[in-house]
Amino acid sequence: MALELTLHTQPEVPLEAECITPQRVAGLAAPEVERLDAMHGNRRVKLGDFFSAAGKGANDIVLNGDLSLVKLIGAQMAQGSIVIEGAVGMHVGWGMSGGQITVRGDAHDWVGPEMSGGRIVVHGDAGHLVGSAYRGQASGICGGEILVHGSVRNETGGAMRRGLIAVGGDAGDFTGVNMIAGTIVVLGNLGIRSGAGMKRGSIVSMNPAPLLPTYQYACSYRPLFLKLCLQHLRGLGFAVEERHINGRWRRWSGDSLELNKGEILLFQR
Amino acid sequence: MKIKKTEIVPTYAEAFAMWGARAIVTADSGRWALTAARSMTGFATSVIGCPCEAAIEREVPAAQTPDGRPGVSVLLFTVREKDIKKRLMERIGQCVMTCPTTACFNGLESEHSVSVGGALRYFGDGHQSSKVLNGRRLWRIPVLDGEFLVDDLFGIRESVGGGNLFIMGASASATLRAAVAACDAMAAVGDVFLPFPGGTRSGSKVGSKYKGLVASTNDAYCPSLRGAGVETQLPDTINAVYEIVINGLTEAAVREAMRAGMTAAAEKGALIISAGNYGGSLGRYKLDLEDILGGAGQHGA
Repeated sequence: MALELTLHTQPEVPLEAECITPQRVAGLAAPEVERLDAMHGNRRVKLGDFFSAAGKGANDIVLNGDLSLVKLIGAQMAQGSIVIEGAVGMHVGWGMSGGQITVRGDAHDWVGPEMSGGRIVVHGDAGHLVGSAYRGQASGICGGEILVHGSVRNETGGAMRRGLIAVGGDAGDFTGVNMIAGTIVVLGNLGIRSGAGMKRGSIVSMNPAPLLPTYQYACSYRPLFLKLCLQHLRGLGFAVEERHINGRWRRWSGDSLELNKGEILLFQR
Repeated sequence: MKIKKTEIVPTYAEAFAMWGARAIVTADSGRWALTAARSMTGFATSVIGCPCEAAIEREVPAAQTPDGRPGVSVLLFTVREKDIKKRLMERIGQCVMTCPTTACFNGLESEHSVSVGGALRYFGDGHQSSKVLNGRRLWRIPVLDGEFLVDDLFGIRESVGGGNLFIMGASASATLRAAVAACDAMAAVGDVFLPFPGGTRSGSKVGSKYKGLVASTNDAYCPSLRGAGVETQLPDTINAVYEIVINGLTEAAVREAMRAGMTAAAEKGALIISAGNYGGSLGRYKLDLEDILGGAGQHGA
């Protein structure tokens, strides 16, 4: 049986609720879950001040309500599942290493920072810095998958080292900025300055994109890994068409200001 | 015991423990996948003289391969666990990666594995890259027509090598027809392969009169040596013998293949079916022919 948490009081300022993660609530009865600590702005509060709990702490958690001001849900999550039946605030899945977080609505900035495994699925849009490195950190996500079915804003996958980020809609500017490795697939349009400072890795888009002059055209071909990647994404519900799976892709190498071992792959119409 | 008019000798095949792997070779067309698979399984008939035993298990429809392209399943066995990585590296590197449009994927889930793509990647000379999809690491190695994609890890498992049947008949042509029927029936059984060319002939015994030779012709089953001072195992009615060696990922698969092979050979008029062993002193597995067929007595009369 899943633990169900329902927001009964909307926080006035962001509520940091990193206790909402399977390993923190496992084995706790509903009243014990409500007594867990959270931070409302700079005040320590009890989770029950904002949420009512039902059921028992288990591997599966269901969250109801508009959680767009609730941060850090699924922090350090290593197993189980969290389903958020609406919007969610910043830093969802921070430090996640396993399990799955599903957001039925939109997600705010910083989805999956410092993630190393597991999967985050956002059915709506996501904000800035999806899977990106925190300011001052050397790398962004080091594994796992972040799947946003809507659009994302700027700096998606910034300095990411490993893993897969997929975007069903458009991406903002600086997608894959300072990327170390990994894969970003954007089914819609890329913004400007994609792959700036990229060392290795792949940025993929189904549409033409403005590229930096530090990217050099390589060839038109059918990279086999991309076929597998797109088949994988189609299996996860992304609107990947057969022409994309079997089509030709134009490859640009870059960023020549860095290692020049990254690639931007744009679908050849 | 008999199947119709075919006599089943009350004996057993003695089989050995080997280590097995399965590679799925794919390409843009079935032609190129088959070309690569044939090359990969060349010179792999017997560990008596080859570094490994390997053969095509089956062709794999595009819908069942990891990349959705036509494929061929290859089984490759070695005697020692420590050798299998090297053999896979050699054959995938030299026979598959060198063939147009190909890719090579692991086809065996197992608790044991060896890193093959992780070693072949160095061919990329620093331009290789890896991708992890669903927890599976793939290496992309740039080649002149695009990229060669290969799984990092290939599963290996303890397997069974050296299951065998002796198909005997009154003439070489009639006996070959029965042996081919047996091979065809066994090819339809999953998880097994027949390492000899076309599946049959082979026929060697352990040792030789010549120093240093580990195997020599199985004179006890050579019809032409009857009366030439060898202890023949053949009755006067037999003028040809075809041996079929069967390797499999499991003992059950080898037994099922032997059952199918014996039944098919009997249907095609084999006079006698027997098997080779070494008195049970060498191999781990004793594959009793009558037991495989379900007990002594008359079958299919």
